[in-house]
Amino acid sequence: MSSLRGANRRDFLKKCLTGAAVLGASGRMGLLSPAEEGAALAKSRVVIARDALLRGTGTTVDSHRMLSLLDRAMQALFDRDNPMETWKKLVRPGEMVGLKVNALGGRGLSSNLQLVEAICERLQEAGIKASDIVVWDRDSDEMEHVGFHVATGGNRVQCFGTDRVDYEQELVTHGSVGSRLSKILTQRCNVLINVPVLKDHDGAGVTMALKNMYGVVHNPNKYHPNGCNPYIADLNMLPEIRSKMRLTICDATTACFEGGPGYKPEYSWKNNALIVSQDPVALDYTGWQVIERKRAEKGLKTLEDDKRAPHYIATAADAQHRLGTNDPRRIAVVEA
Amino acid sequence: MTSVGRVRARGVLLITIGIALLLGVACKRQSGTGASFFPASNQVAGWATAGEIRTFEAADLWKYIDGEAERYLKAGVQRVSTTDYKFQNKIDATVDVYTMGNAEGAGTIFRSEPAVDGKPIQLGDAARLSSQSLVFRKGRFLVRIVAFEESAETQQALLQLGRGIELRLAR
Repeated sequence: MSSLRGANRRDFLKKCLTGAAVLGASGRMGLLSPAEEGAALAKSRVVIARDALLRGTGTTVDSHRMLSLLDRAMQALFDRDNPMETWKKLVRPGEMVGLKVNALGGRGLSSNLQLVEAICERLQEAGIKASDIVVWDRDSDEMEHVGFHVATGGNRVQCFGTDRVDYEQELVTHGSVGSRLSKILTQRCNVLINVPVLKDHDGAGVTMALKNMYGVVHNPNKYHPNGCNPYIADLNMLPEIRSKMRLTICDATTACFEGGPGYKPEYSWKNNALIVSQDPVALDYTGWQVIERKRAEKGLKTLEDDKRAPHYIATAADAQHRLGTNDPRRIAVVEA
Repeated sequence: MTSVGRVRARGVLLITIGIALLLGVACKRQSGTGASFFPASNQVAGWATAGEIRTFEAADLWKYIDGEAERYLKAGVQRVSTTDYKFQNKIDATVDVYTMGNAEGAGTIFRSEPAVDGKPIQLGDAARLSSQSLVFRKGRFLVRIVAFEESAETQQALLQLGRGIELRLAR
């Protein structure tokens, strides 16, 4: 880390972030100017921030330590000394910010409450009104089951599932997918912060940033054949998702190396980490490697040998999608 | 037939239909939906129910377990019933009872899950106990009990609840 401090580090990061933004948002590599192409070839940054004492001596995540961990992750991602500077770079007052959490894994393996609270705290300090923040997933009951408190109306952070507002009637399509989008995505937020969980996935191989968008549409069950490929990549190409996605903060405090996406304690471990990136493909690739390392440690086959390698990640990076990079030479993994 | 005879015959018929209906209901309960699987509060020492029973038929299984549903569908799942329990106000747990089409289906799911840190124990047709979970199969049923707190008591408590459920599963 010390070698990356100072002006050189800032320049390097600027290139990284420009590259990630170009890859993640424009999707028109062939139309870039030579200068833009140079920037696009820069690395996507993925930060893995850890705190071995995140839970103190107990089993519950400590709120103060979580806030510090989030700050450290964001500062490393945006190369800032002050956490508030990072959030002010990310959001502007007046924007409506959706935190797409994952409550499907049930208790034990859903987006961590303390993490979501920490993000909401920083967003408000960055000038976002509480009522302009919505914490959401597909179903309010599922959210309540894992500890979220459903809240609608009033001058407070909003928290509810798509079941409260329904999906749009209009079908949107891209490639293999045709879906109705959650009205929370289309009507309640113009910025999306993705808060998935680091998990093994029986069908897709792994699930993190890209797969978490299955919770945005009315028919995710249609997209599980063939290892969810190319459905995951195609889904993330939908303009309402792609244009609003600004950041992924992957909850890796408790992670799952087998038997996902539901919680099975025998296949989970207390990883006490966050994985943060603006490039969802690079994040998924990096998280996949984390899971493979844990599988090896436990004496399990690789996902490839288990015939469920996450091929959707390569599809998301290919010339038809360009949602980010899965090339390890173009991913800068930073431990913070 | 005399009028008395007709009345008697009608009575016998009604009783027969009544018995048949009762047997039908009993069979339906035994074979599977919901409440019959789950011990009531304190039927297993220390364990109290802590939520409603939810049942998801095969076509809706994805709503409960997302992408993992495919594996169960391939093995012939018919439905899953699930509910929550609490042990002495200290340990929260969720119980899932999967009703498969036959015993082979339950075996397929059980064998597909690597043991890792689990140890085999005597319960049902086959069982594995880990520090926070118990999985066993009996006939066409596959049962998964997950505890959300790890303590010195957790494994023993899980085993007791598992035994209570196992007794309620018909072959």
